[in-house]
Amino acid sequence: MVRYRGCCCLRGGGHRASKRGGTGEGLGSGGAGAALTGSRRAAGDGLLSEPLGHPDFFNVKELFSMKDLFSARVHLGHKKGCRHRFMEPYIFGCRLDQDIIDLDQTMDHLQLALNFTAHIAYRKGIILFVSRNRQFCHLVESTARECGEYAHTRYWQGGLLTNAHIQFGAGVRLPDLIIFLSSLNNVFEPHVAIRDAAKMNIPTVGVVDTNCNPCLITYPIPGNDDSPTAMELYCKLFKMTIIRAKDYRKQREVFHKLQSKEEGN
Amino acid sequence: MCRRVLSKCSLNTSRLGAVPTALGSLSRCPTPLWVQTLSLTPSLTLPCPSSMPSPRVLSLSPESRAQRLPLRSPREGAAGRHDASPQPALLGAEQTQGPQPPLQHLHLHLHLPPPALPMPGAGQRHPRPPSWRRSAQARLRLCPPIVGTEAFPGPCCAEPGAAVMAAALRRLLRAGGRRGAALVAAAAACGPGPQTLRLIYTTTAAWKKNVAASGPEKYTEAFIKKQIEEFNLGKRHLANMMGEDPETFTQEDIDRAIAYLFPSGLFDKRARPMMKHPTEIFPEQRKIQWGEDGRPFHFLFYTGKQSYYSLMHDTYEKLLNVQKHQDQLAAQDLPPQKEKKNLVGSRWLTKTELEEMLLEKLSDDDYSRFIQLLQKLVMMPCGNIEENYIKKFSREISAQLQKVVIEPLKYDEQGVAFSTGEGRRKTSRATVAVYDNGTGKITVNGIDVLHYFPVLQDREQLLFPFQFLDRVGKHDMVCTVSGGGRSSQAGAIRLASAKALRSFVTEKEVEFMRQAGLLTVDPRVKERKKPGQEGARRKFTWKKR
Repeated sequence: MVRYRGCCCLRGGGHRASKRGGTGEGLGSGGAGAALTGSRRAAGDGLLSEPLGHPDFFNVKELFSMKDLFSARVHLGHKKGCRHRFMEPYIFGCRLDQDIIDLDQTMDHLQLALNFTAHIAYRKGIILFVSRNRQFCHLVESTARECGEYAHTRYWQGGLLTNAHIQFGAGVRLPDLIIFLSSLNNVFEPHVAIRDAAKMNIPTVGVVDTNCNPCLITYPIPGNDDSPTAMELYCKLFKMTIIRAKDYRKQREVFHKLQSKEEGN
Repeated sequence: MCRRVLSKCSLNTSRLGAVPTALGSLSRCPTPLWVQTLSLTPSLTLPCPSSMPSPRVLSLSPESRAQRLPLRSPREGAAGRHDASPQPALLGAEQTQGPQPPLQHLHLHLHLPPPALPMPGAGQRHPRPPSWRRSAQARLRLCPPIVGTEAFPGPCCAEPGAAVMAAALRRLLRAGGRRGAALVAAAAACGPGPQTLRLIYTTTAAWKKNVAASGPEKYTEAFIKKQIEEFNLGKRHLANMMGEDPETFTQEDIDRAIAYLFPSGLFDKRARPMMKHPTEIFPEQRKIQWGEDGRPFHFLFYTGKQSYYSLMHDTYEKLLNVQKHQDQLAAQDLPPQKEKKNLVGSRWLTKTELEEMLLEKLSDDDYSRFIQLLQKLVMMPCGNIEENYIKKFSREISAQLQKVVIEPLKYDEQGVAFSTGEGRRKTSRATVAVYDNGTGKITVNGIDVLHYFPVLQDREQLLFPFQFLDRVGKHDMVCTVSGGGRSSQAGAIRLASAKALRSFVTEKEVEFMRQAGLLTVDPRVKERKKPGQEGARRKFTWKKR
């Protein structure tokens, strides 16, 4: 079962298509959708509806295990004094003043988040990686480049999402998913993009540490965002999911094309 | 400018020059109207001079209204309002015409704003010229249908309704003022149905173009292509006019031809008429950043400064490479490389150069951060690995690397060694030939030095280089000097003779001469007088009252 909170885009895309006339198919299929012609619509439906039948269609569960998370130090949180109130449900306990994150919950949340990312990537959505942690800026940008998506690990200009048509030009397409590998900015406040994405009806996936606010994030992943090993693990997981989903999409498109050719003949 | 105001002016041909054109002072001269400077389109289309007709005399008095060009024809009005061409509308159709004589097809579109109707007081009626009501009706007919909110509810299809509407309209036109509401009446020209007049209120904000929000001018690819075609065509015509071969007409020939045909006394070279290839004139612009499916091409597009951040990303990657290399060497217990790149004769790119390279605006902080990163990369022990990358961002300072070449001694017919030198001071220019095995004879412009420079001070100046090198009386000198006064001529000859003496003397003594100031051009010139002052520095006498 695909569980989501807040705004979500996988159910009918009607209202979202009217809000932002995006050309992402899964998100604008009810709306302007000029890309799909009549004959393609039949094949398109099958292409897009096929992954929705299974809760873990892309089998993201096999990409990680509890042991991997533990050895990557994902369970290590901040000190008790830095704890955020809304993170208390996700914390397993506190040892010597350091919070330990519940890896069982992390596993569930991670699976949901990766599954959602895979679906977005399958439907050719734009994914934006955001992290304001200077230590991992290069890593995040490289990850984004390698899986063919986009990254923003620099200073966030105020109107990037909310004033995009002025800043980038008319007809710009906004990201369909924003992944926060660190949800705080350099002054330990929630990143502005979380609020802006919520305003613009863009779903978010975010790694939330014990000092972060998980409120507006659609798919939070409670976990450590400060260790290099943990960050490398997240980057690796997201990259593999996205590439896997895109490859699968290519395969299905080829298959459908062959099928329609046969039908045509 | 109201039409009524214009009719009161007494116009004659000379006044035509005062009509503001985009050409400035050139409109008064008999030169053709298609001469353009940098502010307008760059390519020049020059028709044959023989086909130039005489300029038409336009009178804007009401009597000659019938002969006047139409202010705004119904078809062109709608197009003229909404087109986005960057040129001023005054020379409307000219740009589209090729090498044909443009003056015959000149339409002077005088874009006058709708006339301001004054607010009459209660019970008063301002006397209006009889043409006003007719022109109001004409305006009603000519205005193109504009979609807007209808101010008058209810259908107005019936004939009596139309009459009521027209009456209401007339009342409104009389009452309407300058309070920012432009009345636009749309004639619903929808076929054979009854003509209805819909009154639509809009404000200037709706139809006025917001110049500030449109940003810098954007040129489409089609526009640039057209400009290039026009340029090439114009180049061939220019070659024909100058009687040269169009195939081998280079840019220098174009510049010379334009300077000959359009002589200009303007000081700023950029203000003079020029004809250059459009790529040199129109700044390179960023093309659209995303594909058909809407996905941007660059992975850092959403940062807003994709080129700059991409550059930072690549530079940091080089830094990591160097660190990895260092770690490998350290693991093998090898010492890091000791060769250091010599940074003496080079400088980093300036901010403007970097902006040109990236086609993006940078802030000072961005620029300094980038330079610091480059410095860090260079300072690392194994920084030489990325030398190729660093070279892209450094420039050689040619002035420092140039070594002044001292010319060798020349020998004349008698076998006497001599050397020449040139010098200047203020506005004087001197050339000097210093001969060896001499007796200290100095000739200036064919005249002996004692007669040419009666003042001792000037002769001492001439003597100084020889005195410095202890060669008084050992050389002869033949000088030519022009310009300036006696003191500056003496200074010019002194510099010239010092330069000539370098060939006779060792390098160490040349260095001594340089340190003594004998080889340096004196940069002092007369300072200009400023307005509001009596001289360059002297102010007018201050009077208390």
